[in-house]
Amino acid sequence: MTVNARSTVLHLGLIAILIVLGLVLPTYHQGNLARILVLATYAIGFNVLFGYTGLLSLGHAMFFAAGMYGCGLAMHLADWSVLPALGMGLASAAALSLVVAVLALRTIGVAFMIVTLMFAQAFFLAALYLGEWTGGDEGFVIAQARRQLAGFALTEPLTRFFAALTVFSVALLLTAWLMQMPFGRILIGVRENEERTRMLGYDVFRHKLLAVVISGTISGGAGAAYAVLFGYVGATFASVQYSIFPLLWVLLGGMGTTIGPLIGAAFMFYLIDYASGLTNAYLLIVGAALVLLTLFARAGIVGEIRKRWVPWLP
Amino acid sequence: MILLETKGLTRIYGGLRAVDDVDFSLARGEIHALIGPNGAGKSTFVGMVSGRIPASKGEVWFEGRNITSLPAHVRIKQGMAYTFQITAIYARLSLFDNVALALGSRDRPAVLEALARVGLADRAAQTAGDLAYGHQRLLEIAMGVAQAPQLLILDEPTQGLAESEIEGFNHLIRSLAGDTTILLIEHNMQVVMALADTITVLDTGKILSRGTPDEIRANSDVQNAYLGVG
Amino acid sequence: MDFGPHLLLAVLEGAVGAAVLALTALGLSLVFGVMRVVNVAHGEFFMLGAVVAWFIASPIAAHPAIGFVAALAIAPLVAGGIAVVVDRLVLKRVEYDPEATIVGTIGVLYIIQQSALMIYGPEARPVEPPFNHRIALPWVEWGDSGLSFYYPWGLSTTSYKLFVIVAAVAILVTFWSVMSRTRLGLIMRATQLDRETAVAFGIPVQRVYSIVFGFGAALAALSAVLIVPIQQAHYLMGHDPLLLSFIVVIIGGLGSVRGTVVAALLIGMSDGIISVFLSPTLSKILATLLVALVLVFRPQGLYGKKMA
Repeated sequence: MTVNARSTVLHLGLIAILIVLGLVLPTYHQGNLARILVLATYAIGFNVLFGYTGLLSLGHAMFFAAGMYGCGLAMHLADWSVLPALGMGLASAAALSLVVAVLALRTIGVAFMIVTLMFAQAFFLAALYLGEWTGGDEGFVIAQARRQLAGFALTEPLTRFFAALTVFSVALLLTAWLMQMPFGRILIGVRENEERTRMLGYDVFRHKLLAVVISGTISGGAGAAYAVLFGYVGATFASVQYSIFPLLWVLLGGMGTTIGPLIGAAFMFYLIDYASGLTNAYLLIVGAALVLLTLFARAGIVGEIRKRWVPWLP
Repeated sequence: MILLETKGLTRIYGGLRAVDDVDFSLARGEIHALIGPNGAGKSTFVGMVSGRIPASKGEVWFEGRNITSLPAHVRIKQGMAYTFQITAIYARLSLFDNVALALGSRDRPAVLEALARVGLADRAAQTAGDLAYGHQRLLEIAMGVAQAPQLLILDEPTQGLAESEIEGFNHLIRSLAGDTTILLIEHNMQVVMALADTITVLDTGKILSRGTPDEIRANSDVQNAYLGVG
Repeated sequence: MDFGPHLLLAVLEGAVGAAVLALTALGLSLVFGVMRVVNVAHGEFFMLGAVVAWFIASPIAAHPAIGFVAALAIAPLVAGGIAVVVDRLVLKRVEYDPEATIVGTIGVLYIIQQSALMIYGPEARPVEPPFNHRIALPWVEWGDSGLSFYYPWGLSTTSYKLFVIVAAVAILVTFWSVMSRTRLGLIMRATQLDRETAVAFGIPVQRVYSIVFGFGAALAALSAVLIVPIQQAHYLMGHDPLLLSFIVVIIGGLGSVRGTVVAALLIGMSDGIISVFLSPTLSKILATLLVALVLVFRPQGLYGKKMA
C-alpha cells in the first residue's frame, strides 16, 4: 500500500471505530465522546496552524467563541434555524481570523504569541462588556425546540453523537487531504524553514494567512457545533483557558499528526473528569501535563509512536 | 542578450556602503563568477539581486523588466534560484520532500532525476539533517537545479565539499551551461578558473575589475587586492 | 463631588496602582531582558506573595505592623525560592528555548494557582494594614473672598496608600542602584548584552539566570505584599497583574528599565483614572487592543528592543 492509501485506511478505520463506540457505549460516555469529538475538531483547527505551519497562537479561543457566538446569537436573538446559524458561526470565525491574521502575521515568534493572546483577551472582555446580548459570564441557553435539523432532534443523545461525529469527520478528512496537497506541503515547508520556502518562490505570507483563516474557521465551526449540540453559549469559552486547552491537546496527542488532536482531547478529557472527582483544583492536572510534555515528550503520544514504530503515520 | 542587469545598485548599513553604486550585467547562458575578499559585498549584492535584501538605491532588471520593487518569491517564480551560503535545507524532512518542494511537484521520477544529478538518488528516503555536511551542500545545489531556473545564484557552493565532490560539482555546472545562466560566488580559485566564462572582482562594495579568467589573472590591481593575499 | 476633586481622587488611586504595577512589571522586564524568555507564570508569583503574606500576618496577634513587616521580608523569599526551583527544573532543561519556556511556564501557572486553591482555598481574605489613618484632602476654590481652601466630602486617602507609593519609589531606586552600582548588577547587564561573551569572561550564566528569575518573582511578590492590605488575597488574583505587566513591558520596550517605569506610570495612572470615569472592562479592552497594535506596528515599544 502507498502511504496515501494507508492513511485513508487509518482515517476511515478510525471513523468506523467511533461509529461502533457511539452505538455500544452507555449514554454517559456517549455524551462525553460527543463532547470530545467537538473539542477534538477545535484541536484539529488549532493543529493546522500550530502543528503544520509552526505558528503558535495563544488566542484561539476567540475563533472558537466567534463561531459559538455567531451561531448561538443568530439562534437565540434572531431565531435562525440550525443550518444558517452554523453558516453564520463559520462566517464570523472566518472574518475574525482574517482580520487577526492580517495584523498578527506582521509579527513572528514570541510576539505573535503575545499579539494573539491580547486580541483574544480583548474579545473575551468584549463578550463580558456586551453582557446585555451575550449574557456575559452567565451566558445563555439555546432553547431545546430550536435545536432541530431536518426533523432530527439534536438534543437526543444518539443523534447528537452522530452529528458530532459528522463534524469531526469532515474536519479530519479535510485536513488530512489538505496536508497531502501541495498547499499543505508548503505549510510544512514554512514550519521547517520559512526563509528557504520563500527562496523557493513561495508566497510565505499568503500561505500563513490562509493557514490562520483555515485554522480559525475550523475552530469556529467547532464552537458553532458546540453551541448547537450542547445548547449553551458563555464567555468562559472565550477565556485564556480555552486558548490553552487546544495547545495542550495537540501537544499531548502529537503536533502535526492527523489523529493526535483526538487522542490528546480524549485523554485529557477523561483525566480532568477523573481529577475533578477528587479535588476542586483539577486544573493542576493541566499544569502538570504541560510541564511534563515540555520536558519529556515534545512529540506527543502519536508523535512518539511515529518516531519509534510507525514512521508513515500521517 | 542580457539576462540580468543592475544600475547603481547600493546597500547602506548604518553609515557603511556595503555595496556601492554597482552597474553590472550578465549575458544569457554565461557562467559568471563573483570574487573578492571577505566583506567585499558579494553576498549583499546577490541578496539584492534575488530580493532577500532590499536595495537602498538603484535598480535590478531581469529579462528586460525592472524587478526592483518585486518581493523575493515573485523573482524566484520569474526564473531565479538561490542557494544559501549557510546550508538551508529542510533538515527534518526527507531528501525526497526537500526536492519535491523545490520542484513544486511530487512526481517521483522527476524528483529522483534531480537527486541523481548530484548522486543522491539512492538516499531519497533519508532525513536531510542526517546527511554529511558535503552531501547537504549537494542537496542544496540539487534543489536549485531542480527549479530549472533561468538564473541560478550559488553562494559559495563548494565550501565544505571534498576534492572528489568538487569534481562532480564542476561537471554538473558545465552540463547546465548554455541553458542556465549561473552567477557564482566562490572562494576556491581553482573552481573559478575552471568554470567561469567571466569574472567580476568586488572590493569594498565596488567593482574593481571585470574580464575573462586570463585577464583577471594578469591584472595587477586584482593581485594586490585579492589574489596576492589569497 | 465636583470634577476637580474627583480627578484628584482618581489620580491618587491611579498612583497607587501605577506604583505597584511598576514593581511587578519590572520583574517581568528583568527576566525578559536578561534571559530573553517570557515568564507567563509571573502573575502567580504575585499571587504567592499576597497569599504567603496572609499566612504570615494572620496568626500574629500582636500589632499588625509586626506581621506586615515579617510578610514583607519572607514572602518575596518564598516566591523567589520557588522561582529558582522552576528555573532549575523546567527552564534550564528546555535550554531557555523561548517557545518551550512559554508553554512550560503556562503549566507552572496552573500548578501554582491550583496548589494555592488546594492549600489556601477559594476565599478572598484581607491582611490588616500596619497603619491606616484617613487623611482628608483640601481643595481650592475661588470664593467671594478670593482663594479659599475647603475639604470636599469624600476626598480623602489613607496614610497606608501614601506609604505604598513611597515604598515603591524607594524599591525602584534601590533596584536601579543595584543594577548600576553593584557587581551583581554589572554581571546581569553583561549577561543581558551578550550571553556568549559573558560565558567567555567566566560569568556563571546559569547561576545568573537562576538569580534573575528568582529576583523577578520576588519583585512581583513584594508588590503583592504592598497591595494586599488594600486588595485582599485570592488564588486567582495573579491574572490582572500578569496582563497589565505584559502591557507595560511591551509598551515600555522589552528589557528597558526606564521604559518599563514610564509605561507603568502611564498605564497605571490611566487605568486608575479611566476606571473612575469609564467602565473598567471597557478601559481594559482598549488597553489590550492598544498593546496588541503596538506590538504589530511598533514592536520596539517606547524604548528598547524588538521581541523576536
